[in-house]
Amino acid sequence: MSFLLKDALLNPQSVCTLNNTELNQLLSQARNSRLLAALGVRLADYGVLESLPYAASRHLTSGVVIHEKQRRDLHYECEKILAVLAPLGEKLVLLKGAAYILGNLTAGRGRLVTDIDIITPEASLARVEAALKQAGWRGSPMSAYDEHYYREWGHEIPPLTHRKRGTTLDVHHNILPPTSDAQVDASILWENLLEVQPGVYTLSHQDIVIHSATHLFHEGEFHHGLRDLWDIDRMLRDFPRYDSDFWNNLVPRAQSLGLTGSLYHALSYSAQVFNTPIPKEVLTSAESPSRRLRKPIMDFLFKRAFTPDPVQRRLPFRNIALFALYIRSHYLRMPLYLLLPHLIRKAWKKQLDTDHSELERGKEAGE
Amino acid sequence: MTILRQLSQDELSTRLSADGLPLRIGPYVYRIRSKLRTIEDGIRTLYSDFEIANNDDFVDYDIALQQKGLRQHIHHQLEFLFDGTTPFNLIPLGQAYAFLEWGMNWCVSIHANEYLKLHAAAVARNDSAIIMPGVPGAGKSTLCAALGLSDWRVLSDEHALIEPDSGKIVPLCRPVSLKNDSIGVIKSFSAKACFGPVSEETHKGRVAHMKADLHSQSHQNQPLSTAAMVFPRYSPDDPQGLSKRRRTDSFLLAAYHSFNYSLLGDTGFNVMKNLIEEVECFDLVYRDMDWAVDAMNTLVEGRHGA
Repeated sequence: MSFLLKDALLNPQSVCTLNNTELNQLLSQARNSRLLAALGVRLADYGVLESLPYAASRHLTSGVVIHEKQRRDLHYECEKILAVLAPLGEKLVLLKGAAYILGNLTAGRGRLVTDIDIITPEASLARVEAALKQAGWRGSPMSAYDEHYYREWGHEIPPLTHRKRGTTLDVHHNILPPTSDAQVDASILWENLLEVQPGVYTLSHQDIVIHSATHLFHEGEFHHGLRDLWDIDRMLRDFPRYDSDFWNNLVPRAQSLGLTGSLYHALSYSAQVFNTPIPKEVLTSAESPSRRLRKPIMDFLFKRAFTPDPVQRRLPFRNIALFALYIRSHYLRMPLYLLLPHLIRKAWKKQLDTDHSELERGKEAGE
Repeated sequence: MTILRQLSQDELSTRLSADGLPLRIGPYVYRIRSKLRTIEDGIRTLYSDFEIANNDDFVDYDIALQQKGLRQHIHHQLEFLFDGTTPFNLIPLGQAYAFLEWGMNWCVSIHANEYLKLHAAAVARNDSAIIMPGVPGAGKSTLCAALGLSDWRVLSDEHALIEPDSGKIVPLCRPVSLKNDSIGVIKSFSAKACFGPVSEETHKGRVAHMKADLHSQSHQNQPLSTAAMVFPRYSPDDPQGLSKRRRTDSFLLAAYHSFNYSLLGDTGFNVMKNLIEEVECFDLVYRDMDWAVDAMNTLVEGRHGA
């Protein structure tokens, strides 16, 4: 599996030989995969950003500027959230992009975020939500059905938006919905938190990887699948350097969380796509007979999900594969007796909304 | 170097509908692909003096307007593509041309951060630029069009691009967008005004674009120094006048109407500060177009006795 973006990320020097058409393709792939800023940072680290034609390098630099702004905002928002949580005696535990950036992980370099994800024990959820609302975070208006969906079947409350600053906050109480196939005991996530700044925590190295894998392989929309896999590759290369027991503890930890399946996919596709060096025995210990059996079909689907668009040569059946993965993610999330009525309702609602909203987004273009 | 007007009708239409037509517009290359007649007509009218880039040049913004599938044909809709993705919802067919121009604005608004981008028109006379920030509806585009028809050089109708290192403004001359009554005002202001396709019933009402590269230097790319910042306001009721305004609140207002002032952080502040220190700031309240153009002429000729 080879494409320009992969070559550029793994071997930054390779961009020096690209012609304009290839550079155009590389930037489109990076932009559409939400990896423009990450690529910019990486090329700058290797001193090759400067050697690109200015016409191309300025787009990368423009992407990095957006990342820098998000990074500044993130620091500020975390101070604000910390000020809400600290009086309650609750820890601020960051997940996903915010955790990578504030945890100063390699995966956070050039990482773009759209919202801030935090996790709080389920028992504290009500008072955390109340305190955040007191401090200016608001839920957006949503239908009773959607509200019910979040509260009953979700692992997070409906997203909160700050009324002045407009930033979006997702408050989780678990890393997977309670209706999903794997029942995760979230309480054990609190055992090994890492304090990355005074009062600001992330999950442990193992748990960050497992969560990232779980999120990616339970997620139905693969628009940023490649970006998420890049996060995982960065972490798998990074963590063993800080933590000599990283590999030994990874699979056993996933087993005790009941998330070995997702970890197996993450390890396997990170190695396939980004050549991540993974000890063979780690991969073998995450394998199972049924995973081995399903591997050809999974490979077929995920290869398509992890190829950026547009590519030089698009793999056949890409849209069908993405649709199959979308269905799979829902199937993993809820049992069929909940899933079918939910999907029917969503499809029906979508049809109703289409005519109303079609013009709305178009209008924004002219603002 | 090929200029668009050198292409035959067939060549233009073939290039637009096949791989796309790469046009040099200010500091960027836009590649535009569309089979729609109205897009072709608009481009032939409004971009006739623009340079066509080579096929192997770097393309900054790859855009397309296309009608795909039965549903879009039945509903008379089309889609806007950037880099092969659809950032907006479907567009009514009758607004295709306006959306091409808005989409081209959007490319710069969203993606370019190598400049401080003020939401402003910019014009020049004798190599010194005047930046005209304005809230939508303040009449900056109308004034910009009138100046373009009065021997002024239009630098931009939408984005004043300030180079951080030099503090100079980078020209990005494209057609000026006019709405509703402004279209008639400009048509009666000058017979020279040349318009592209009219889009009816957009969310901004009736929209038409005016060819803006009428000056002999319109296609030069050298950045220019800014002499003044003028905040135009069309008002049928208030007395007309050109008056000095304070730099401090001009700073705030222009920064507020910037696309990326806060995104640029310290750089944004420093560029804005340096700019505001070297320019004089004015309010321009007008109802008569000839008077407004005269007032602007007075301003650059240094006859303004404020």
